[in-house]
Amino acid sequence: MTIVTAISGRLLKAVITLLMIVILNFFLIHAAPGDPAAVMAGEAGAADAQYIAQLREQFGLDQPLLTQFWNYVSGILQLDLGYSYRQQMPVLDLILERLPATLILTLTAFGMSLILGIVFGLAAAARQGKWSDTIITSLSLLFYATPLFWVALMAVVLFSIKLGWFPAFGYETVGADYSGFRVVLDRLEHLVLPAFTLGLFFMAVYLRMTRSSVLEVSQMDFVKTARAKGLSENIIRRRHILRNALLPVVTLAGLQAGQLVGGAVLTETVFAWPGIGRLMFESLTARDYNTLLGVFLISAAMVILFNIMTDLVYRLIDPRIGAGGSS
Amino acid sequence: MKKFITTSLMALTLAGAAHAENRLDIVVQPEPPSLMLGLVSNGPTQLVAGDIYESLLRYDTDLNPMPSLATSWEISDDALTYTFKLREGVTWHDGKPFTSADVVFSVDKFLRETHARLRVSLKHVESITAPDDYTVVFKLKQPFGPFIGVFEAGTMPMIPKHIYEGTDYKTNPANNTPIGTGPFKFKAWEKGSYIHLVKNENYYLDGKPALDDVYYRVIPDAASRAVAFENGEVDVLPGGSVENWDVKRLIEMDGVCSTGHGWEYFAPHAMAWMNNRQGPTASKEFRKAVMYATDREFVKNVIWNGYGTVATSPVSSKTNFYSDDTIKYNYDPDKARELLKASGYNGETVRILPLPYGETWQRWAEAMKQNLEEIGVNVQVVATDVAGWNQKQAEWDFDIAFTYLYQYGDPALGVARSYLSSNIAKGSPWNNVAGYKNPKVDDLFAKAAIAPTNEQRQKLYTEIQQILVDDVPVAWQLEIEFPTIYRCNVKDLVTTAIGVNDGLRDAYLED
Repeated sequence: MTIVTAISGRLLKAVITLLMIVILNFFLIHAAPGDPAAVMAGEAGAADAQYIAQLREQFGLDQPLLTQFWNYVSGILQLDLGYSYRQQMPVLDLILERLPATLILTLTAFGMSLILGIVFGLAAAARQGKWSDTIITSLSLLFYATPLFWVALMAVVLFSIKLGWFPAFGYETVGADYSGFRVVLDRLEHLVLPAFTLGLFFMAVYLRMTRSSVLEVSQMDFVKTARAKGLSENIIRRRHILRNALLPVVTLAGLQAGQLVGGAVLTETVFAWPGIGRLMFESLTARDYNTLLGVFLISAAMVILFNIMTDLVYRLIDPRIGAGGSS
Repeated sequence: MKKFITTSLMALTLAGAAHAENRLDIVVQPEPPSLMLGLVSNGPTQLVAGDIYESLLRYDTDLNPMPSLATSWEISDDALTYTFKLREGVTWHDGKPFTSADVVFSVDKFLRETHARLRVSLKHVESITAPDDYTVVFKLKQPFGPFIGVFEAGTMPMIPKHIYEGTDYKTNPANNTPIGTGPFKFKAWEKGSYIHLVKNENYYLDGKPALDDVYYRVIPDAASRAVAFENGEVDVLPGGSVENWDVKRLIEMDGVCSTGHGWEYFAPHAMAWMNNRQGPTASKEFRKAVMYATDREFVKNVIWNGYGTVATSPVSSKTNFYSDDTIKYNYDPDKARELLKASGYNGETVRILPLPYGETWQRWAEAMKQNLEEIGVNVQVVATDVAGWNQKQAEWDFDIAFTYLYQYGDPALGVARSYLSSNIAKGSPWNNVAGYKNPKVDDLFAKAAIAPTNEQRQKLYTEIQQILVDDVPVAWQLEIEFPTIYRCNVKDLVTTAIGVNDGLRDAYLED
């Protein structure tokens, strides 16, 4: 099976999956009690039948559900994600506006957690049984088990309030009008706490996975053979152990990469980070259907995309995969 | 290397935390859906846009009218004609002049179409005319005492005719860059982060506003908002921004001041609808039992940390025509049990719908559940979010439902709507949700709205309150106090009945 056939097969499946997700999400969201008109009327402090009817008409809610669905799907096929009446702008623009903030956060957290997780996992495996191994694995268990929002709040209390090292929340220093390199530093400063908070959990996961995978692979016959052949420990570790041990880690990383868009809701909320995760949660509360569906669509597309990419990365690491037919 | 990075980061943090002079940072929660005050009248929109838009009058903390865009006004002896003289030389933020044509357009055309609450008052208006550029005359069909109280920025904001006339109001592109006459102009809106207003250099009052920049900060987490105030990121926490337990703690900090003023116009009145149509709550004895069984002093002292006043009537003690001469439902579980028995309650589950606005309200629902279970009622607290809560009220799918309503200074404006039988209709959480029907009360409310003198109005409203408190269609709970917390060097922040919503005109920073 050639790589082109593989990819096009995957893409076709991807499109069908996305379509099914859109259908499911659409009807699921509309099944929740209340609608955006109810929310807006509720916030207005006063509403009468005329006001609510006006809102319903404006939002297109006065039409039968299937008509609304058809309008939405036809829009998507033309890459029009609809209009957010809550935010008063097209959904696509809204998402593109908030996406960079999320990506900066999640990519940083992802990169950090992957690199640190693998590094510490290797270190722990190399020192298996010693006290340094115990400390590393115990700490990672702690970070894995503690709820994310609590870690976030404690990080704020310690590093921001008590020590004053980092800002407590936000994306940038508001109204400071920095320019050039100062802007970069400002953003970095605001990025530290949320990225670490988000990354600690996944770092723990990669750490433990790397450690156990390395230990397992180290016991295998081909490693003993390599040692018997007289290869240096370094080459054994790099070429033989690492490449094989990393396969499960790559799978996991690929799965988690799919969450790069929607996976940071808690962190974004606690740290007032203007990203997509928070947008999704706020749209849910406000029943901003179009925005919510748009975010779900993009999230689903990312997950599918990264699944495909993970498969491709696999082929690079492990030549056995994709050989197809007889090997 | 590590030390260098840490130190430089620290230096930057400290440098960044100090704000420029003459700048104020205020929290807004949740982020407003729009700043166009004529189209959207919810709390966050009014907080921000209340300094962009203005109305003909403002009100002091005793609800007395003060000049704003109108410099003087006259009510005819028969109380049917209201003549306003407008300030001359006022310009919109785009430089065009403000005249009586704008007033007529705003009220007669724009707001009549978009503003549900003002529509109710406009029913009493026969005509709105502008004999010259700086005079507006409102003619009423009959005397309507509350009318002088509707010229408030959120109820009747002045809209620029030259921008909105003949357009589709809802999709007019100017909605994203609101144009008003107020002390502050819209500058920028970073969605999800902040809204930036700047001083209106051409404001008609000399020396005002004193501030140069105002930033409304969007911080979705309540704990983060408290942190923001604590470490100097924000200077003002409008009422309701932080949870109650934080309020106490923050007020006790050095250099922090607070005030309960600035809510007199709204007078938030917390209550629990009781479904008069069906279920155990349809029985008057049951409803009385609920009132005797619930310990509202406890709620005020423990759940609200001492803030607020126990409500004794559908009218708030801060609103005009309140009367203390009504039955008092003191905490009396024994009496409650007797009444419960008399009501014929047979053990069915009573559902309580809490207000989904935070922990305080959740605990309140649980406190009521405890109180009711003590007298033998089976209670279930329903889980809900904002949209679900709105819908359940609007569709009458509840037994007891928490809410709080604004009174708008006069029972005709904020109270009557909850008890008139003509206001019973599915689809809105703001009408007679409980389903109370009493033709005598309907009649009294109708008479009281148009009674020509305050003495007559008071007499009628006292009678109404006595009947309502006896019928107890709704479980009135607390006159809520939402203290505004601010740094003591911010002066004259709250001087009106709507407080921070239009207070920035006069606010200044003391060194």
